[in-house]
Amino acid sequence: MTMNDPRAGEARSRDPMLAIRQLRKVYDGSGRTVEAIRDVTFSLDEGELVCIVGPSGAGKTTLLRCIAGLLEPTSGEVMLAGKPIAGPSPGMAVVFQEYGRSLFPWMRVRQNVELPLKEKGKSPEERRRLVDESLEAVGLRDAREAYPWQLSGGMQQRVAIARAIAYEPKVLLMDEPFASVDAQTRAELEDLVRAIWVRLGVTIVFVTHDIDESVYLGERVVVLSASPTTVMQDVPIDLGSVRSQLETRADPRFGQLRGQIYALIKDAKHQV
Amino acid sequence: MKTIWGRLWTIFLVPVVLFVLWLVVSADSSNFFFPALAKILAAFRDTWLCGSGAAEIAPSLWRLAVGFLAAFAFALVAGVILGSSKVARDYTEPVFEFFRAIPPTVMIPVLLVISGIGDASKIAVISLGCVWPMLLNTIEGVRSVDSVLKDTCSVYRIHGLRRLLVLTLPAASPQIVTGMRTGLSIGIILMVISEMFASRNGIGFTIIQFQRTFAIPEMWSGILLLGIIGVVLSLLMRLFEMSVLHWYEGARERS
Amino acid sequence: MAPTKTPLKTVTRSAKFRGLVGFLAFLAVWEILPVAGVLPARYFPPFHEVLAAMALNLASPIFWQSVLYTTEAWFLGLTIAFVAAALVGLILGSIPILWRYTESTIEFLRPIPSVALIPLAVLMFGIDVKSALLLIVYAAFWQILIQILYGVKDVDPVALDTARVYGLGRWSRIRYVSWPTALPYAITGFRLGASVALVLAVTAELVIGNPGIGHQVALAQSAMALPEMYSLVITAGIMGVLVNILARFIERKALGWHQSTRSGA
Repeated sequence: MTMNDPRAGEARSRDPMLAIRQLRKVYDGSGRTVEAIRDVTFSLDEGELVCIVGPSGAGKTTLLRCIAGLLEPTSGEVMLAGKPIAGPSPGMAVVFQEYGRSLFPWMRVRQNVELPLKEKGKSPEERRRLVDESLEAVGLRDAREAYPWQLSGGMQQRVAIARAIAYEPKVLLMDEPFASVDAQTRAELEDLVRAIWVRLGVTIVFVTHDIDESVYLGERVVVLSASPTTVMQDVPIDLGSVRSQLETRADPRFGQLRGQIYALIKDAKHQV
Repeated sequence: MKTIWGRLWTIFLVPVVLFVLWLVVSADSSNFFFPALAKILAAFRDTWLCGSGAAEIAPSLWRLAVGFLAAFAFALVAGVILGSSKVARDYTEPVFEFFRAIPPTVMIPVLLVISGIGDASKIAVISLGCVWPMLLNTIEGVRSVDSVLKDTCSVYRIHGLRRLLVLTLPAASPQIVTGMRTGLSIGIILMVISEMFASRNGIGFTIIQFQRTFAIPEMWSGILLLGIIGVVLSLLMRLFEMSVLHWYEGARERS
Repeated sequence: MAPTKTPLKTVTRSAKFRGLVGFLAFLAVWEILPVAGVLPARYFPPFHEVLAAMALNLASPIFWQSVLYTTEAWFLGLTIAFVAAALVGLILGSIPILWRYTESTIEFLRPIPSVALIPLAVLMFGIDVKSALLLIVYAAFWQILIQILYGVKDVDPVALDTARVYGLGRWSRIRYVSWPTALPYAITGFRLGASVALVLAVTAELVIGNPGIGHQVALAQSAMALPEMYSLVITAGIMGVLVNILARFIERKALGWHQSTRSGA
C-alpha cells in the first residue's frame, strides 16, 4: 500500500474492517452496578488510523478491552471484517500502556516477538523473517538478544509494537501506549506509528487522553463523553497524509482541530 | 587495587584467621568437651571420609532428596491449581496456614506411630515439613502473576500448556524459589531430627551415638559435617537460583 | 470505574466464610474417615476423641505448665537473638570495612543447621532450658541479623550525607538515619525469627527432653496415647498461629501503615 489516502482505496465497497455497534458495558459488583459504557458505535475501514480520545475516566480502557475481546460487553457487538468476535481474535493485536509489564522479562527481545507466532503455528523460517522484519521496522534490529529490562522505556514499547506487527493483525489496538514515556521519546514513537501505518497499511485504533497526540496521529478522532460513555463526535482530521512534528503542529488547521476537540472534552467533563 | 585478589582477600581473611585461631587456641586443650581442632579433623577423616560413618551419609541425603523432591512436585502441581482459582484458595488456605504453623518436628512422633521407624516415615516427615512453604509460596506466586502479562497472553491467544510454561511458572518462579529455600532448610532440620529421635542409621543417628558414648572429637566432627552439608546445599540452591532467576535479579538491579 | 467499597467488603467476608467452611470440612473428613474404617482408627483417632483429649488438657496443670515452659524458652531465645542481632547488625552496618570482611563468614555460618548443635548443647547443659536456648538463639539470630543487614544496606546515601553535612556524629547517624531505615527490616526479621524460635523450642523439647509441649508429644507417643498426642500437635499448631498473629500485630503497631507491612516478605 502506498502513500495515498488509505480511505480512498478499495476498502470502501466491503464491510468495515472493524465495527463497534451499540456497545454497552455494565460492571456488576454485588448489590451495585456501574455503567461504564452506555452506547458506543463507530467503525473503521481497512487501513484507517483512528484515534479515540476522551476525558480521564471516560472508560477508554474498558472500551478497548471490549474491542480486544478481553472483556465481554453487556450488550452490543464488535465485528471484525464482518464477523462478530467472541474473545481475543487472531486478527487483532494490542499494545498496552504498561510497556514494563507487557513484555516477558524472562525472555529476550527476539523471543518476546516470536512467542505469539509460535502459537499461531508459523514455520521457523517464517518466524525468523517476521521477527527480523518487525524489529527492523521499529529500529531495534541490534537489540534482538537483549532482555527487555536492559532497554529504555521507549525501546521497550518499540519491542511491544514489533511484537504486535509481527503478528500480522488486521487491526492493531493501542491503549495509551505512550502515556508513560518522556516527551521526546513520545514524539519519536508517534512518528514510528505513522510510518508503520503508511508502510504496512494496517488498520489502527489508537486510544489516548492526549488531544494533541490524537490530532497529530489520526485520520479521524472519535471523541468520547465522560462515563457512562457515549460517542460525542467523530471528527475527520484533514491534515493530509504526511505529518511532521514541526510542520503539522505549526499548521493553523492543527490548532483549530485541537481547539474543537478540546471544547468537546471540556463540555464532556461538565455534563457529569 | 580492587582486583580479584582483593576480593579473595576480603572473602577469606576472616574465615582463615578464625580457623587458625581455633586450631592454635585449642591445640593443647585439656577440656574434655572442647578437644583440639586437630583431633576433630582427624576424627572427621577417620569417621566420615574413610570410616564407618561414610556409609551413613548416603541414607540421610537420599531421604532428604526424595522427601524434598516429592514435596516440591506436589507443591508445584497443587500450587498452580490453587493459585489459579480464588474459590479453591478461599476454601483451603486457612487449613494450609494452620498446617504450616505446626512446628514440623512434632510430626516426627506422629509419623513414627503411623509408619514405623523405617525410611518411609522419615521421608514422609521431611515431605510433610517442607511442603507448606513451597505450596503457599507457589500459590502466592501464581496468584500474583502480572495482570498485563496475563492480558498479553490472552490477546495473543496463548493458552494451556504453553501459557503455563511461558507465563505462569516463570512469573511465579521468584516466589517458588523462596519457598524452596525455606523448604530445604526445614528439610535438613527434619532429616537430622528424625534420625536423632528414632533411627538405626543416618548422620543424625550416628552423631547422637557419639554423644552418648562420649566420643567427643567424633561428635564434633559430626557437627562439622552437618555444617558442611548445610553450606553446600545452600550453595547449590544459590546456583540453582542464579540459573533460574538471572532475569529477575537483572531486572531488579535496573529498577 | 471499578466497583468500590461495598463489593470489596462482601468479597472478604465470603472469603472468610469459605475458609471456615473449608476448615469444618477438613475436621469432618478427619472425623468420618476413621469412623467409616477408611483410615485405621488405631493410628488416626476420629476428631471427637482428639477434641476430648484437648478438653482434658485444658483441665490439666501439667499441660499448662508445658505450654508455659515452651513459651518461656521461645520468648527468652527470641529476645536474646533479637537484641544480639540488632547490636551486631547496627555495628556491622555502620562500619563498612568491618562488614566487608565478615560478610563471607556470616554467609558461611548462617546455613549451618542449628540442630547440628544438639549434641553439643546436651553435653554442655544437659536436659535444661539452656540447651534449648542455644538452639533457638542460634537459629533466630541469623534470620534477624540478615534482615537488619539488608535494612542497613537500604539506607539512602543522600540521607546519610545530609546527616554528615549537618554534623551528626556516628552515634546520632545510627540513631536517626540507619535505625529508622532498618526498622521495618528488623521487624520482618523479628517475625521470621519468631516462627523459627518456636520450631526450635519445640524441637529441643522433643529431642533433648527438657519440659514443654514437644516433650509431652514424645511422652504421649511412647505411651501410644494417640488422641493425646494429636491434641498436643494441634496445641503446637495453635501456638504457631498465635506467634504469627502476635508478630503481625507487632509489625503493624511498630510500622503503622508503612508500605512494607502490606507487601510482606
